[in-house]
Amino acid sequence: MKTMMKLFLAGVAFAGLFASAHAEDKPTIEIMSSWTSGGEAAALNVIKTEFEKRGGVWKDSSIAGFGAADAAFQNRIVAGDAPGAKQGVIGLAAADFVSQGLFNPIDDVAGAGKWADVLPKSIHDLISYDGKVYLSPTGAHGESWVFYSKEAFGKAGIAEEPKTWGEFFADFDKLKAAGIVPVAWGGQPWQQTKVFNMILLSQVGIDGFLKIYVDKDKSQASIDGVKKTLEILGKLRGYVDAGAAGRNWNDATAMLITAKAGVQFMGDWAKGEFTVAGKEPGKDYGCMIVPESKGMVYIADSLWFPKTGNAATDKAQKLLAEVVMDPAVQVEFALKKGSVPMRTDVDKSKLDVCAQKGAELMAAGAIVPDQAIVLTPQQVGALDDFVDEYWSGGSNDAAAAAESFFAVFE
Amino acid sequence: MPIKRKPNLSATIALLPTWFVAVVVFIGTMAWSIRLSFTNSTLFPSSTYVGFAQYSKLFSSAKWLASLQNVLIFGVLYVAGCLLLGFLLAAALDRKIRFESAFRTIFLYPYAMSFVVTGLIWQWMLNPTLGIQASVRSLGWESFVLDWVVNRDMAIYALVLAGVWQGAGLVMVIALAGMRGIEGEQWKAARIDGIPVWRIYVSIVLPQLGPALAAAGMLLAMGVIKTYDIVVAMTNGGPGNATEVPAKFIMDNLFGRQNLGLATAGATVLVLGVIIAVAPFRYAMHMRDRAKGAA
Repeated sequence: MKTMMKLFLAGVAFAGLFASAHAEDKPTIEIMSSWTSGGEAAALNVIKTEFEKRGGVWKDSSIAGFGAADAAFQNRIVAGDAPGAKQGVIGLAAADFVSQGLFNPIDDVAGAGKWADVLPKSIHDLISYDGKVYLSPTGAHGESWVFYSKEAFGKAGIAEEPKTWGEFFADFDKLKAAGIVPVAWGGQPWQQTKVFNMILLSQVGIDGFLKIYVDKDKSQASIDGVKKTLEILGKLRGYVDAGAAGRNWNDATAMLITAKAGVQFMGDWAKGEFTVAGKEPGKDYGCMIVPESKGMVYIADSLWFPKTGNAATDKAQKLLAEVVMDPAVQVEFALKKGSVPMRTDVDKSKLDVCAQKGAELMAAGAIVPDQAIVLTPQQVGALDDFVDEYWSGGSNDAAAAAESFFAVFE
Repeated sequence: MPIKRKPNLSATIALLPTWFVAVVVFIGTMAWSIRLSFTNSTLFPSSTYVGFAQYSKLFSSAKWLASLQNVLIFGVLYVAGCLLLGFLLAAALDRKIRFESAFRTIFLYPYAMSFVVTGLIWQWMLNPTLGIQASVRSLGWESFVLDWVVNRDMAIYALVLAGVWQGAGLVMVIALAGMRGIEGEQWKAARIDGIPVWRIYVSIVLPQLGPALAAAGMLLAMGVIKTYDIVVAMTNGGPGNATEVPAKFIMDNLFGRQNLGLATAGATVLVLGVIIAVAPFRYAMHMRDRAKGAA
């Protein structure tokens, strides 16, 4: 009996040893993300499935809310307990971490996968710091979309998409006359800034937009562009309902789904809400780029790879970077998330009408970066303050406001 | 003349951990924050000193100045409103009414809720398209307007309303406990003299409740400095800067805007403000104790 017991214990110990040794062999990674809504979680799952198929072990630590996830991530980094990967936007937000030497470069994966050839050059530049690739892009979102309810347009007697802001405002008047809220306005600063940017792009064009945000150019042309933008933005106030302040973007989308409102200015993630409600693009709702705009504002997500000092995690990071850039994963991910694939060489036929329009603009290079890509988080905050103050202040003095716009960059 | 006690060695040793915590955790982290406020730290602490640059940036920020003004308006009205309403509720309950414990539970109940819940409830009620305004209009009064949450000039008062609704119950309980401690003889004497009830409350009960109401006021005032969650839940600082508060400014800059230097400068100003506000009280109390000791 005693020997039996000993044998048993030895067996358990051996099995334990074997099991742990086995687990260490597998590349294990903890992913921290804020992708928790239905479509987002499904998209993350695409990466997870492929990652596990290739032998990786996946630990999910999702935190709802972009800001909450960022705060938790910063705390983990400062505490010296970084997760293996973090979802975050491409751009200056990651720059501080990279310059402090907190992230692992994934240069060899990028080199082997010829990322430089398959990604748009601007994206490749943005994921590289000092000539080394640090981030692996998951997908891009178009941000200068106008979604409209076909039912509401029908009721108001609007036959076709407006081509100019003048026509657009005439359509708003028709909607108003039909008893429909013309614009489903999301009253949070970040949403208002997105509307500001899409109008700005329609007023100053791609070069003018880049001049303002990238070169911080304060010439008279730039100031005039901002002024014209603010005039249009100010005019929009008259077409918004009283409950707009503080409204979530998905609540605004719901107003379109129920045909209570005519249009919404939002990024293409709003398509996810339509899909969940069983609405089809092109049939129940339409999507167009803001009038007079020759391009699209985009934002791009990526995975960040912090240094953890753990060899198994380092291995897992490389595997994950490879999986994320896999052409099939890129398409599948985009379908679930409502985004546009980052690779230019993927099969776009599966994408919906709106995403195809977006992919065309992206392939043609008719895109400008979102402020989160080219500005520091402080400047982004200052820009939000600027737009929110103008919008909610009810001031129609666009000229004076335009003069003070450039203080955002200080 | 009090007897001077010898320091007790074992007690001192027993208190050492407490001292350690007080010095390292409280004073240490405070000193660390103040130090950071003189650097150009952004996402991570840096040791490049920039003097008072963060402070001058802070006080040239319209948002920060608005937040100071808002917290002052909110604080004064919130504390005064809670004290007044709480006292009135306590006086009403003190009239030996029926179902007193049921009313007490109802009035205290809001205090048991988190500010986030309170904020959300009031946001819905005051939202013009969902809440009170919409329901009154659907009853036929089409021109009825109650849009405080979305109105720049009124949003801060909407916060006060929600805050008072939540905080008055606490004052009521404290004031009621104080009232129950007042001798019945005083009531009888006042009745015999034919003094009206309201006059008894104002001239006899209220002065005796002083310490209890001061304690309640102190609790509320500490809540004012921390005001954050109710703002986030109800208005998120908007419209514009209309309901921005210092605690929210600091949190935004700490995490969202990755601006450690500016955030710690704001926190330092806030702590200084509290010290400046509390110091005269402490001094007055100290002088009173000395006067008592001398007598």
